[in-house]
Amino acid sequence: MAKQPEKKKDEVETTGHSWDGIEEYNNPLPRWWVWIFYATIIWGVGYTIAYPAWPGINQATSGLLNWSTRENVADEIESFSERNAPKNTELEEVELASFVEEETDSELYSYARSSGAALYQTWCAQCHGSGAAGGVGYPNLQDDDWLWGGTIEDIHTTIRVGVRNPETDEDYERVSEMPAFGADELLGEEEIEQVVNYVMSMSGEPRDASLVEAGEEVYLDNCASCHGDDGEGDTFQGAPNLADAIWLYGGDYETIRETVWNSRYGNMPQWQDRLSDAQMRALAIYVHQLGGGE
Amino acid sequence: MSQAEPQQLYAAREPVFPKKVYGNFRNLKWVIMVVTLGIYYVTPWIRWDRGPSLPDQAVLLDLANRRFYFFWIEIWPHEFYFIAGLLVMAGLGLFLFTSALGRVWCGYTCPQTVWTDLFILVERWIEGDRNARLRLHRQKKWDLRKARLRLGKWATWLLIAMATGGAWVFYFADAPTLFVDLFTLNAHPIAYTTVAILTGTTFFFGGFAREQICIYACPWPRIQAAMTDEDTLTVAYREWRGEPRKHSEAVKAGEPQGDCIDCMACVNVCPMGIDIRNGQQMECITCALCIDACDEVMEKIGKPRGLIDYMAFTDEERERAGKPPKPIWQHVFRPRTILYTSLWSLVGVALVVALFIRSDIDMTVAPVRNPTYVTMSDGSIRNTYEIRLRNKHGEARPFVLSVAGDPALSVEIEGADGQTVMVPADTALPVRAYVVAPGGSVPAQSDRVEFRFWVEDDMSGDRAYKDTVFNGKES
Repeated sequence: MAKQPEKKKDEVETTGHSWDGIEEYNNPLPRWWVWIFYATIIWGVGYTIAYPAWPGINQATSGLLNWSTRENVADEIESFSERNAPKNTELEEVELASFVEEETDSELYSYARSSGAALYQTWCAQCHGSGAAGGVGYPNLQDDDWLWGGTIEDIHTTIRVGVRNPETDEDYERVSEMPAFGADELLGEEEIEQVVNYVMSMSGEPRDASLVEAGEEVYLDNCASCHGDDGEGDTFQGAPNLADAIWLYGGDYETIRETVWNSRYGNMPQWQDRLSDAQMRALAIYVHQLGGGE
Repeated sequence: MSQAEPQQLYAAREPVFPKKVYGNFRNLKWVIMVVTLGIYYVTPWIRWDRGPSLPDQAVLLDLANRRFYFFWIEIWPHEFYFIAGLLVMAGLGLFLFTSALGRVWCGYTCPQTVWTDLFILVERWIEGDRNARLRLHRQKKWDLRKARLRLGKWATWLLIAMATGGAWVFYFADAPTLFVDLFTLNAHPIAYTTVAILTGTTFFFGGFAREQICIYACPWPRIQAAMTDEDTLTVAYREWRGEPRKHSEAVKAGEPQGDCIDCMACVNVCPMGIDIRNGQQMECITCALCIDACDEVMEKIGKPRGLIDYMAFTDEERERAGKPPKPIWQHVFRPRTILYTSLWSLVGVALVVALFIRSDIDMTVAPVRNPTYVTMSDGSIRNTYEIRLRNKHGEARPFVLSVAGDPALSVEIEGADGQTVMVPADTALPVRAYVVAPGGSVPAQSDRVEFRFWVEDDMSGDRAYKDTVFNGKES
């Protein structure tokens, strides 16, 4: 600024300090300022008494208020569980099929869906992937191809008893086994080569077209009882559809040959001992609406 | 280092008792006080009809539903740039006014100044003017009269403070409902806490802290030092005309006296407790009350007005040299102020344009990348998109989703029957859409195909689009 304030230069005292001739003005702080400073000290001491603060050998002092983040979380989880209990009861009593048609905008449905999404990430994502896209040997849950059926009830049963994982006589609903045609010498190498070419021809191009006709005969004799005359599969016994574009283990010649030779025995844990029925129902509803539910 | 004498590093506040003053600036300040306080207290009560499913309060910050209503304008969270733009304009506006007129914000419109002014007015009504208040302050004994005056003043302050805190919460909820709730003890604890905090700060800041807020707490006075220059109009004392003042050593020694009669009127009216004759100083909020006080005295003693006046530093040299000061417009219209004005207008025009071209329906599209595509049993390739459909109307509307860009692509909404979905009033509805390309088609076999989502409001025909990509299965 053009004009420096001339004021106070004569009035303001110096502190009396002088460093190489440089002196320091004493512009005193307001008195209440220092009170605030004392107040913060008192507050700070009080705080360390009231809250966990001083470190000890095993743990810090717990403070007079006994405040703890872990307890807060535990309380919060408990309060959410309590609030969710009526919804879970409702979910256990509802007819699952009713969600397919008109009930999809109900509050219960949206509760089941978000609860199922969280459960899915905890229990299912390890094999089926966080985006439910599956992997080799682990079915993709977003597509419209279902080994054991794609209605909400079917999915619920699969989650409940698992796949090829029976523990009591009652949960054999998802058990089946394909013979190891090569390893157990049920078919010769030549017949297997023929039938693999036939299977490939159902959904695309065979490797050797000349073997397809012979392969059809082998197929009808050995495979059609489970996979169907046209390769349409059978969800009752978990026999995959061989005529569609989806391959659980791979659709190239080598992989199909290995499947026929050694068979496959993919399995999934059963969840009825670990999850509540409401949780399994929520999971079934969530998986059903991923894009391929029937 | 020399031996220092024991001295005080902290000082008690020196109380300020501003005297009543009459004049143009005082009148202007009264008008501004009535207008600003009026806006503050009345605004939440203005009603504005927006239809049955939206609030009818003209100005409402609906934090629970994440909406900001300002008369006919409704701002959604994704349109926060409007708020950012208004803040930029407020900042540039302050720069403009400060560079042209100094601390006018501080002196006339700052809430601290306005409420302090109101509190001093109450103080004057109850305890009397400066001299009466000084006497009351010096009277150590608390007799009945002092107790009555003090309690009366504090009670009135407290009422004003409560009304101030009370008015604030009305901006965040329906004012008439909340008003009743507050008195019937049905309001949310946060409302009571907010009212209590603002009542406390208003009472304390306006009644007791006063000028200390400006001097010690507020950062703005310090920033303003960078905003002013030698052409900025500030309140200044024409020292070359006033000095040597009466009672000065020079006058006693026989020098001719200047215009200042040392009546202390300018000091007595100052709410900051400073002497403007010491020059521009940090404490001065340029409220101009000393100008009114001095002009009154100058008229009485038959001298020209303006011993204390709005003045720029460049004028000082001219006036000392006996030349007339520059006209005010030359101080105000400078490259600096013109630049601030242009920037301010630019942002303002941009905001208005943005306001008019924004549409009533809107969407955001987030392609799902986990997985990028799904092979269906018939060999077709499907991509999934998380879409938010925004309906800004006050009623539910049917939205039709479609895709354009490649004839092979088709779209379907999860859980809906085909491509149409009802979006509730004033809502952003999250939906999942599947876009399918038949097996063997170009998009199904390409790495990436660009296409466009269209959404159409089936009732109004309004449309909006978003471009995105389709991921195929590279063969």
